[in-house]
Amino acid sequence: MSTNVISGNGNNDVKLPIYMDNHATTRTDPRVVEEMLPYFTEKFGNAASRNHEFGWVAEQAVEQARERIAKLIGATSKEIIFTSGATESNNLAIKGVAEMYKEKGNHIITQAIEHKAVLDTCKRLEKYGFRVTYLPVQKDGRIDLDDLKRAMDEKTILVTIMTANNEIGALQPIREIGALCHERGVLFHTDAVQAIGKVPFNVIQDNVDLASLTAHKLYGPKGVGGLYVRRKNPRVQLVAQIDGGGHERGMRSGTLNVPGIVGFGKACALASEGMAEEAVKLAALRDRLKDAIMGQLDEVYINGSVEHRLPGNLNISFAYVEGESLLMGINDIAVSSGSACTSATLEPSYVLKALGAGDDLAHSSIRFGIGRFNTQAEVDYVAERVIDTVKRLRELSPLYEMAKEGIDLTKVQWAAEPTH
Amino acid sequence: MAYSDKVLDHYSNPRNVGSLDKNSTEVGTGLVGAPECGDVMKLQIKVNPATNIIEDAKFKTFGCGSAIASSSLATEWVKGKTVDEALTIRNTDIVKELSLPPVKIHCSVLAEDAIRAAIGDWKKKNGQHSQPQPQAQPVEQRA
Ligand SMILES: Cc1ncc(COP(=O)(O)O)c(C=O)c1O
Ligand code: FES
Repeated sequence: MSTNVISGNGNNDVKLPIYMDNHATTRTDPRVVEEMLPYFTEKFGNAASRNHEFGWVAEQAVEQARERIAKLIGATSKEIIFTSGATESNNLAIKGVAEMYKEKGNHIITQAIEHKAVLDTCKRLEKYGFRVTYLPVQKDGRIDLDDLKRAMDEKTILVTIMTANNEIGALQPIREIGALCHERGVLFHTDAVQAIGKVPFNVIQDNVDLASLTAHKLYGPKGVGGLYVRRKNPRVQLVAQIDGGGHERGMRSGTLNVPGIVGFGKACALASEGMAEEAVKLAALRDRLKDAIMGQLDEVYINGSVEHRLPGNLNISFAYVEGESLLMGINDIAVSSGSACTSATLEPSYVLKALGAGDDLAHSSIRFGIGRFNTQAEVDYVAERVIDTVKRLRELSPLYEMAKEGIDLTKVQWAAEPTH
Repeated sequence: MAYSDKVLDHYSNPRNVGSLDKNSTEVGTGLVGAPECGDVMKLQIKVNPATNIIEDAKFKTFGCGSAIASSSLATEWVKGKTVDEALTIRNTDIVKELSLPPVKIHCSVLAEDAIRAAIGDWKKKNGQHSQPQPQAQPVEQRA
């Protein structure tokens, strides 16, 4: 990738391309990399080797990481199981609980805008005879607690609702959800991937029984994650989904990714130290971007709750402009779109569709994910590029023209091609 | 996705953007696609009644870069052609010219549909017989 430096506002220079897609993944913090490096070379031992120094060193590093991760979420280190990432953690949590508690009941509750790692896991369980309720979300992307209460029955064994959504950043009322579950003796799992290190999250206060974590969304390396499994009140049991050498107290076999785990631990330690301050900075940058865009453009809509939202997330629909064409116009900025044209399936984002805003707004959406390494100069540059490009594309948009002529686009009988 | 140079060129410098007077009898308007599908094209032609030659063409497109490029190219291609010649333009020609990948073929189909719809509209206005073309119908007219 070529990079070049251009002048932004004043004397702030921004380096292109700009990465602003921090919900997809984050840059590994250099302090994390530094701590990982020795575990590839001098300290390369297998943490399961019990009879030599190499093994002990590796094991010690793994245990330190476990403690750091546990500390960030208010757990104890024995409650953290290492995995290859949150996809695996979600699979292990949901399938592991379903298999363990199937005598007790066969009903699982989730919601419409979970990550595919949760939704597709639930769909598979349906094939094996489990009953799954997919709760709708309200316009703001949060579930209605009354819907959850109504959905629970005596066969319900598990509720799995994410802490924060990866597209619209909406924060679910997990504390209330967890409390409802605990009242009724139902286990509560949450995919906490996007929330960890970004907003306060505490497994005790938030009444969480299982939580999926991954390192690469909080400035750690890819391919390493964890599952928090509560050890008391209640003690959660799981049936392992990967059999083998019995690592991780039999819950997840496989030689541990020691450098990755060390990096994960360091990333969590950095988050424990700096999260409060960082959240303020990210929210300020996000609001700066939002205010600049909304100040210059009409008919832009924020998707998802403004109040209950990840600090670095901004998901906006630019009416009358198709998302992929917008991405093409800002091609020195890495962001993503819920538009069908950008997806392999040619389907617009199911998350935005679930908000009920209409498919046309899903096609027009852009997700900005502001992270630790973004600067104010970058935000200003991004705002300027987005505003210019949207204006240009609106001049090209027949919908914008029709809307300006006073035609109600919802009342037009479109001659749609069935190809899309 | 990597775009071909020609798609990028049409996207950055779209040809013939704009609108013609849709009430003129010399103008045919095609409006195809749907906002819920993420693509809407409006293509207009202005036909010389004496020669049946398309003297001007304009477009506006809501859609991906390939859809914008396909419609921009379509306006270039129809200009100077007679109405009947313009009807021979196929989406496959557009695919070839712009090196569109398989997922973008429907964007070229839409451009072909837009040409046909515009010509169909012009023929209807001028009392000529033609196959009905799928075409968006603004139910609610100007406010
Ligand atoms: C909410 C959510 N859950 C799960 C995942 C999957 O995590 P991983 O990439 O670690 O498998 C992601 C990231 O893509 C995510 O955003
Ligand atoms: S308009 Fe959707 S892929 Fe081209």
